[in-house]
Amino acid sequence: MFSQPFMQHALLAGTAVALAAGLVGYFLVLRAQVFTADALSHVAFTGALAALAAGFDARLGLFAVTIFVALGMGTLGRRGRLDDVVIGGVFAWILGLGVLFLTLFTTRRSAGNGAASVAVLFGSILGLSASRAVVTAVIALAISAAIVAMARPLLFASIDENVAAARGVPVRLLGFGFLALVGATAAESTQVVGALLILGLLAAPAGAASRLTTRPLHALALSAGIAVASVWIGLAASYAVPQLTPSFAILAVVTAAYLGAMAASRPRRRYAAPTA
Amino acid sequence: MTGVFTWNLVADVQEMWSLAFMVNAYRAGTVVAVLAALVGWFMVLRGQSFAGHTLAVVGFPGAAAAVWLGLGAALGYYAFCLAAAVVIAVLPAAGGRGYREESAVTGTVQAFALAAGTVFVALYHGFLGGTNALLFGTFLGITARQVAILAAVAVVVLAALAAIGRPLLFASIDVDVARANGVPVRALAVGFLLLLGATAAEVSQITGALLVFALLVLPPATAQLVTVRPVASLALSLALGLATVWVALFVAYYSPYPIGFWLTTIGFGGYALTFAGTRVRSRLGFRAPVTA
Repeated sequence: MFSQPFMQHALLAGTAVALAAGLVGYFLVLRAQVFTADALSHVAFTGALAALAAGFDARLGLFAVTIFVALGMGTLGRRGRLDDVVIGGVFAWILGLGVLFLTLFTTRRSAGNGAASVAVLFGSILGLSASRAVVTAVIALAISAAIVAMARPLLFASIDENVAAARGVPVRLLGFGFLALVGATAAESTQVVGALLILGLLAAPAGAASRLTTRPLHALALSAGIAVASVWIGLAASYAVPQLTPSFAILAVVTAAYLGAMAASRPRRRYAAPTA
Repeated sequence: MTGVFTWNLVADVQEMWSLAFMVNAYRAGTVVAVLAALVGWFMVLRGQSFAGHTLAVVGFPGAAAAVWLGLGAALGYYAFCLAAAVVIAVLPAAGGRGYREESAVTGTVQAFALAAGTVFVALYHGFLGGTNALLFGTFLGITARQVAILAAVAVVVLAALAAIGRPLLFASIDVDVARANGVPVRALAVGFLLLLGATAAEVSQITGALLVFALLVLPPATAQLVTVRPVASLALSLALGLATVWVALFVAYYSPYPIGFWLTTIGFGGYALTFAGTRVRSRLGFRAPVTA
């Protein structure tokens, strides 16, 4: 399996992206911002198709649009209940734009029909070239490093924003920085598991980890570990059973991990204090 | 679509409705708009947009599985959306950890469902054209039978919503007080998610799994910006939903671009204008509606 170059590329890019997604996802779940990531992954879809329709490389549009929208949501945010609706409204429209770009792209290039949208939506990890895999891995590692660097203050700001602000933690700046990282992760992961499926890599390992331990830094590491292991197992499974698409195999493993964590943490609650 | 647009709107509408499939599209669109506007109003009030979006997306693997098994897409939409509603309603409650857990579970359900959808699509070798139609919707192939099913399900959902409407409103606005007054908050939450699932399944059949959200969230959100009085805002949401669908179908018929684009753009345009309008009003010192 490891002698195949396409599997080597997939493993390299997949490991790095999973690491980033596991780390970012933990904070997303902690801050209850999973919906934001959901919206941004759809934005990534539109960004990629816009770039394709305009004739650029998909990657450029992906990063530019996703990070821009992430920061825009940051400025609209912090208004309690309205948040939810603003995110929903904005991204419903952005998806509509995505459909428009898809139509423009497919009518302009009759040869390239709908395949592009399916690749963007559901990922094409086994089709990565060596150079793309390396670039993907480098960006993902940079995102992971950034998260680790700001982990402590971000944790403080996520758990108790007011106290953190009073202690001089730059809460707003951290919020924006984190949103930009979420945007970059969404854009990045689109290459690996596809715009629609990133959410699983972001939400499930983090959910599982926060079920298994309440100590934040342990949970952070555990979340990254579960994400990376899921990608490895998923890739191996889809190599062994060709009918399984890699995206499905990876997500099936992640979901199973979450269910397992739920089942494992259930009996403990009986004698643990119901605080958590 | 390829209709020839003239500025004589009455003649345009007559020409459009001379085609049976456009009449069916209008009938189905009307049913879906009414349902989405009313159920979506409660969804926005309860801050459950993420759950709504997930239920909408889950329709895609359902449809793909049903088509693969030869059962017809409609059955798949209803089965998967309702099953996902049960999962989202029951799993976080078992953990008892509130919103954090709920958002993680919801996200996982959504991603896993989509991944399963890719497998079903791959198994059913219909591939690309089919996938895009399931995701982005089409209003061209709606039959009279489909309209009848849509209408029947819509009547059931609306009747159920009418039956639980008052306690649901109470529970949505203040959970704790409602619970103290003996309102069965938990059962209402599960029941509402089931209604939301059925609605998402209905709307998906017209707009496609990815764009359901536009109809569920935008008209109610706009209406709630304008007024805080529940009945007035429900009625406004209904009117906006109908207007969005009717105008979008009309424009989509006379333009080369897809229905999904027009639906979301018209809905979002209304929302953005209203949002800006309420801002300007409050700047100028008029009584501004409470928005949070």
